[in-house]
Amino acid sequence: MLSQQLVNGVLLGATYALFALGFTLMFGVLRVINLTYGFYFSAGAFIALFATRQWGFSIWLALPLAAIGSGLIAVLLDWLLLTRLRAKGAPELASLMVTLGAVLALYSAMTLLFGPDIRRLPPDVIGADALVFAGIRVTQAQFLVVGTTAVLVLALVALMRGTRLGVGIRAMAERPDAAELMGIDTARLAALVSFLSGFLAGAGGVLIGLNFNAIQPYMGEQMMLRGFVVIIVGGLGDLRGALIAGLLLGVIEVLTAGYLDSGLKEAVAFAILVAVLWTRPSGLFGQAVLRRA
Amino acid sequence: MTYPPWLDDFLWTYQNVIHALGINGLLALSMYVVLAVGQLSLGQAAFMGLGAYSSALMTLKLHLPFFVVLPASCVVPALFALAIGVPTLRLSGVYLAIATIGLGEVLRAIYLNLDVLGGALGLSGIPQRTETWMIYLLLIVAIAVLWRVGHSRIGRAMEAMREDPNAAQVMGVNVQRYRLGALVASAVLAGVAGALGAHASNFIGPNEYGFEPAVTILSYALLGGIGTPFAPVLGAWILTLLPEVLRGFSDFRGVFNGLIIVLAVLFLPNGLLALRMKRRAA
Repeated sequence: MLSQQLVNGVLLGATYALFALGFTLMFGVLRVINLTYGFYFSAGAFIALFATRQWGFSIWLALPLAAIGSGLIAVLLDWLLLTRLRAKGAPELASLMVTLGAVLALYSAMTLLFGPDIRRLPPDVIGADALVFAGIRVTQAQFLVVGTTAVLVLALVALMRGTRLGVGIRAMAERPDAAELMGIDTARLAALVSFLSGFLAGAGGVLIGLNFNAIQPYMGEQMMLRGFVVIIVGGLGDLRGALIAGLLLGVIEVLTAGYLDSGLKEAVAFAILVAVLWTRPSGLFGQAVLRRA
Repeated sequence: MTYPPWLDDFLWTYQNVIHALGINGLLALSMYVVLAVGQLSLGQAAFMGLGAYSSALMTLKLHLPFFVVLPASCVVPALFALAIGVPTLRLSGVYLAIATIGLGEVLRAIYLNLDVLGGALGLSGIPQRTETWMIYLLLIVAIAVLWRVGHSRIGRAMEAMREDPNAAQVMGVNVQRYRLGALVASAVLAGVAGALGAHASNFIGPNEYGFEPAVTILSYALLGGIGTPFAPVLGAWILTLLPEVLRGFSDFRGVFNGLIIVLAVLFLPNGLLALRMKRRAA
């Protein structure tokens, strides 16, 4: 029983980690808490919904399509909302407010277009039978979740550590003005980082949609609480921290639901957020630079 | 209190709008207090919900009289403001913003899941104890107090720390304490507004204090600007009246209020009413 719950927790945590990675990447490099991030998640799920329902795509095609689509939406929104403020060197709360207003407008517009009802992916999009090892059940959807997360995390690490682009992104995260002077095209890298974040969020939206089979416009907003907990606990801008904190949060939520009450999941997650802010505001792993006022 | 018959008719017909104008004015002021010290709290709707739920429980379960319930309704929001404000306000502003949005989401989940709080159905049968004059009296008092504070030494300190917290700190302003005071004051205002709203409408539910109301309250303050306490109230009135005046507008309210924030930040950083307080040199 416990081992089954631990496995479920890790699988749930993998989606949280995937979702939070893009969020924390965006903050780490662009120095903006971009609240439109939750919308990329919803957008990814809706693109996959249309791809599978209307056009009859398989999930193997719908998943990358949704991720790329969300990535492009992220680039467009970043360009529309934030380039101007970035050029002016506006305070970080100004960009936070802009993205907050934009995301309410986007969710509301999406609800007007598609309605507030919960939609589902076609039932045959992925096999329903589960695999059982040593008494632990893992569904095919859960396999897809953990496999996709692992591939995306490895690809992200390879990009950041092993390529010139990754070096550029890390340089920009450290000192944008110095990076610019060293001949790095920071505007282009900002667009690339937005694309990567949107890509991760969009993929996360499809995977959560697949796992819980409930897709509706505000699903990204409901995911943001997990995103906040993970990026604060992992340390703002810390990719490795987000990965670990995401997995931990998944396990804690599943254990809370299993042994206490499933209605307390969110409360426990938030209590962890507040406890970390009180005791270790730079995150549990102490990697992120503490941004004091 | 008795009103002349024509006024009584008018109040009866437009009672809901008149209540909403006053309550949203109080909420806009609660946002103003935080923005005035250069911070961003997105928990105004959450604080309002805490005031609404705690006051409704005091009335429904403890049968306390309204003159006790109303002042007591600010206690729970103030405690939450302290629990979130103390750790976050020593950090950069994004931490408070994140923690307060998170608070709204968590409370919604708690209201939905706890049976004592009525779950998805909310709490109904709340007796109507709010009188129109109470709302407007509180609104006037709040504006007057904020106006006085804005013209005092405290107001100068608040403006200084909004412009440059480090410089203000060097000049001897206890930035941390002012920020915390402002956050608690804003939670108190929002909590009282929530209690007034709950006892004006007979029903409260988990979705009334969620993400959309939180953003809407910010749009009040940004439309009006934060130059004087009148400005956010005017912003609230415009955005509350629009859906009443324009038919079919209420469907687009979320889109509109969101775009107000985007446009205000990008193009009108001082708000629609770019008024500033005038004061004589000290």
